[in-house]
Amino acid sequence: MAYRWKNTLTPADVTPKAAYLNRRQILAGTAGLGAIGLVPRMADAQSGLEPNTLAEIRNYNNFYEFGTGKGDPAANAHQLVTSPWSITVDGMVDRPGDYALGDLLAGLTVEDRIYRFRCVEAWSMVIPWNGIELADILNKVGVQAGARYVAFETVVQPENMIGVQRRVLDFPYVEGLRLDEAMHPLTIMATGIYGEPIANQNGAPIRLVVPWKYGFKSIKSIVRITLTDEEPPTSWNIANAREYGFYSNVNPNVDHPRWSQATERRIGSGLFAARHDTLMFNGYPEVAPLYEGMDLSVFI
Amino acid sequence: MTVSARINGALRRVPAWPLYLLAAAYGAWEFWRALTQQGPYLVEPINVLERSYGEIALILLVAGLVVTPLRQWSGVNLIKFRRAIGLCAFFFVVAHFLVFAVLDVQSLGRVWTEIVKRPYVTVGMLAFVLLIPLAVTSNNLAIRKLGPATWKQLHKLSYIAVILGGVHYLWLARGFQITPLVYLGLGIGLVALRYKHLVRRKQPA
Repeated sequence: MAYRWKNTLTPADVTPKAAYLNRRQILAGTAGLGAIGLVPRMADAQSGLEPNTLAEIRNYNNFYEFGTGKGDPAANAHQLVTSPWSITVDGMVDRPGDYALGDLLAGLTVEDRIYRFRCVEAWSMVIPWNGIELADILNKVGVQAGARYVAFETVVQPENMIGVQRRVLDFPYVEGLRLDEAMHPLTIMATGIYGEPIANQNGAPIRLVVPWKYGFKSIKSIVRITLTDEEPPTSWNIANAREYGFYSNVNPNVDHPRWSQATERRIGSGLFAARHDTLMFNGYPEVAPLYEGMDLSVFI
Repeated sequence: MTVSARINGALRRVPAWPLYLLAAAYGAWEFWRALTQQGPYLVEPINVLERSYGEIALILLVAGLVVTPLRQWSGVNLIKFRRAIGLCAFFFVVAHFLVFAVLDVQSLGRVWTEIVKRPYVTVGMLAFVLLIPLAVTSNNLAIRKLGPATWKQLHKLSYIAVILGGVHYLWLARGFQITPLVYLGLGIGLVALRYKHLVRRKQPA
């Protein structure tokens, strides 16, 4: 691996647990400390990242297995059974099998990662994840030489997932990454947010987080990881290939066919919130080398 | 005395003007909830308010088209409320547009870009524009000036507007969603009823 992603933020930058619901007051305090030089300046790519509250993160979600409304997952996801949980690892790996979640993650390091999260619908949040680099998991199961892609699959529990019967998408939800994207140090498998186990509507018990891609690439509640030598099918691409490509990198210069991607609205700023310019690769320019020589208006 | 006659008798004593108050109060209430981020407005009030005004507008547009078939089938006559229903629908379309333009898109240049570039916005704007002459002529003076026949002809634009409204909603949804299909289906169904009616009227009596 070339390098490990260096988090320029410290646990001190995460909103204290006791203050989730009173973020603005805390921020006012932090701003004051910053002004007198007590808080170290963050690196440019990381500055201005003000994590959303847990209430915001848990109550504005797309998880179509629980309904298409933004509040539906929060209302319906409690029915999801997340324990016991096992993940099938198969395809081109040295040690395939059905792994109990705990066994798959045993011995791996859970890290704090405060990432921007940009939805294809042109809204965004900042989320303090707790997760494990996907590369660590893949190295543990042993990726074989010919593998070029990683495919993921979300659980289907028809009796517990009210949206599955409506067939808005062709369930189970599937996603995929190129192997180098999957091995990139920014790519994590998240198991927590704000130090708490991830809520069902956020993709419990384990989900992918690829911060430079639109949110739907970060597949939730994963039950299968498959290493393959062919580009795997992905759910939104199956539903509408013209609108959702395999790569789906955040790109302010390439509009969604039905709306602009140049700007975004940050969730949690109220009724008069100003729009912000969307950043290339969602503000993670370090991934640009992955796409060298590719026309990103073609490979959407 | 039939049930419908009794209902009509009771309705005769109910004035139409409270509908305007009700609509204004509902619009203001939703705005207040969005401003203070209550209930469904907790996390992202702008988009939710935009959708809320748009959906109530669509419901009222459909309701306006229900009045005539309801009278034909059940005898219940809501015609005196239809102007208020239609004007309230227009009121919410305006509110929907203002939230879109001022709170969501936030710049006149971008509003224009959206209208020209995004077909679902184009369709929604077209519905809005078609409703403007209907709103302007929803008064007794206009009916007298235009003559009832011309006025009736003009107000058939509402058939196109309600279908465009349904298409607008369906087009902006991601994936295969039911709610917009229901509105579009109701709109097309209610217009189709009139088309059958028109065809029958053309035959010699």
